[in-house]
Amino acid sequence: MATALRLKELSKKEDLFTHGHRLCAGCGAPIIVKMVLLASDYPIVACSSTGCLEVSSCISLSTAWKIPWIHSAFENAAATIAGVETMYRSLKKQGKIDKDIKFMTFCGDGGTYDIGFQSLSGAMERGHDMLYICYDNGAYMNTGIQRSSATPFGADTTTSPAGSVIPGKLQQRKDLTKIMAAHNIPYAAQASPSHWLDLMKKVRKALEIKGPKFMNIISPCNRGWRSKTDDAILLSRLAVATCHWPLYEVEYGVTKITFKPKEKKPVVDFLKSQGRFKHLFSPENEWLLKKFQEDVDIEWERLQKEASLYAP
Amino acid sequence: MSKVVAATGNEAVANALRQVNPDVCAAYPITPQTDMMQRFSSYVSDGQVKTELILVESEHSAMSACIGASAAGGRVATATCGPGLALMWEMLFVASGTRLPIVMPVVNRALSAPLNIHGDHSDAMGARDSGWIHLWSENAQEAYDNTIQAFRIAEHMDIRLPVMVCLDGFIISHSIERMEYLEDDEVKKFVGEYKPLNPLLDLEHPKSMGPLILPDLYHEFKRAQHEVMTKVKDVVLNVAEEFEILSGRRYGLFEAYRLDDAEIALVILNSAAGTSKDVVDEFRKGGIKAGLLKPRLFRPFPYEEVAQALKHLKAICVLDRADSFGGYGPLFMEISSALYPLKERPIMINKIYGLGGRDFLPQHAEQVLSELAEITKTGKFKIIKEYIGVRE
Repeated sequence: MATALRLKELSKKEDLFTHGHRLCAGCGAPIIVKMVLLASDYPIVACSSTGCLEVSSCISLSTAWKIPWIHSAFENAAATIAGVETMYRSLKKQGKIDKDIKFMTFCGDGGTYDIGFQSLSGAMERGHDMLYICYDNGAYMNTGIQRSSATPFGADTTTSPAGSVIPGKLQQRKDLTKIMAAHNIPYAAQASPSHWLDLMKKVRKALEIKGPKFMNIISPCNRGWRSKTDDAILLSRLAVATCHWPLYEVEYGVTKITFKPKEKKPVVDFLKSQGRFKHLFSPENEWLLKKFQEDVDIEWERLQKEASLYAP
Repeated sequence: MSKVVAATGNEAVANALRQVNPDVCAAYPITPQTDMMQRFSSYVSDGQVKTELILVESEHSAMSACIGASAAGGRVATATCGPGLALMWEMLFVASGTRLPIVMPVVNRALSAPLNIHGDHSDAMGARDSGWIHLWSENAQEAYDNTIQAFRIAEHMDIRLPVMVCLDGFIISHSIERMEYLEDDEVKKFVGEYKPLNPLLDLEHPKSMGPLILPDLYHEFKRAQHEVMTKVKDVVLNVAEEFEILSGRRYGLFEAYRLDDAEIALVILNSAAGTSKDVVDEFRKGGIKAGLLKPRLFRPFPYEEVAQALKHLKAICVLDRADSFGGYGPLFMEISSALYPLKERPIMINKIYGLGGRDFLPQHAEQVLSELAEITKTGKFKIIKEYIGVRE
């Protein structure tokens, strides 16, 4: 019987991602990994692309992974785990393996939205039975906070610095979750560690579906976001509450919002405590703040419309 | 029992892959490799192999998927050429550094720019330092035989390294030759059941593969890779010996053709060696002691053995179907390194020939052998590196 998704039951399960890893204090990634692994009652084999989580979890002679885990390069986690999953299918068909194993990735936004996008798209199109999980911290944090196509509009990064002429990143984020849903895969979802039950339910649902699945999980990074060390959960909650990061899923083409804030907060509530958005609050950049809010409103409206098409 | 057939290089290698019957194969089409994997796809579609095929979206993903599949714990193959191999370049090092016994036929093709799809060794030479074992093949028969032997070499418990099997694009991949196939069950027995080593899918013993290793241990890691390479020669020879018993065809680290009493010789890889051997015979008829050395195992390079085979010569020409612009041809550099420790060395020259599929004709070999004969008379040479067969 599956473990009940209750704190009391879950706390009895073994942590498959151990303490002693070298991720920064307050990083969202290990919280997400632990939640995902706790949600599964299946054995998991995982792959990570090069990035913060990878370099900090398996270094020289030590590893934080208690599950079989592989890293091969930056741009190819989807292809690598696809290879593992295909060998599993081959050996299972030949009767050399009898266990039910689930395959997943834990990759950052650089390795997912940008350099690994082709490999991800290919793996989803081919229909491998795998769950691709992206922990999205909105920049190349491992190399020192360079902008990625997941970086929010207006953010100050080391390659889109807020200067006297150009006020940070002037492009909108790539909406990867929708792009993945547009692959017509059986399941694509957005989640946040602030809403742990929602996140774990989604993982559990994804693992019961055969075929390619994608989950995009917001992952606060206090070094890159220039926020307080202990604000990861608070900030991811505000991302959801302001609808900057809506929680939804697209299951067999049906969009469903899984958490609707009672009262949508203004996006400044999410932005104001983060140093990467500090320049947006100076008088000459008022238009940036306005545009940020407008973009959030438009996307939220659009998502609600889409969900309403399928509302019961 | 072997079967005499007429087959192209691609057909022969595809048949070898069918007979080996890997657990997983990744494929991405690229000329002139394309019809090899098309043929293999038909074997999959018709249920002639148990292989799970991954039809990836690029060669980078082909090698990445092979890495994942091989790490998982089974027999894996793919094939590519030219720009496809170049796109894989990063992952070639991951495959060898992770000690994964992947086998990959490489149908040698030129690199862009300008775009060219024809025979040329620039692709494999670009992957020279990737930690893969390189076997080179003169014709369809050798490509077939090398492919079968490659699995044994790669999967040997003392080795566990990836192997690329090189054959010339179009010249071999698309030409029909008379050759012999082994029986299916003979190949099956020869390659044997795949033995996994530290498979990722072993849930009882979870492993982390592909760690970050900083300066504290990286150097030692790489030395270990160097050390395993030193064991490859013996394994290649042992596998060749077993293969000879099965097939009657003899393989070594290289082929020495009429070298024992030769005074001049050509050193040349792959298909052009066939053309050259005919010309060597013609020179012998004319009383000139010509010979030829055709490397088979290019990585690890058998320096001492090659030096022993060439040490008595007066002059040799190394012919390269690839250039290291601003340097000598890659094969020339190896032969120079092999001969340098000798007290007395032959005079050496280097010719670049046949780039992008330019035909290597008997008269090219004649021209070079005549030049070597002249060098032995005067003891002098004009220029070390020169392009031949060039339209002026």
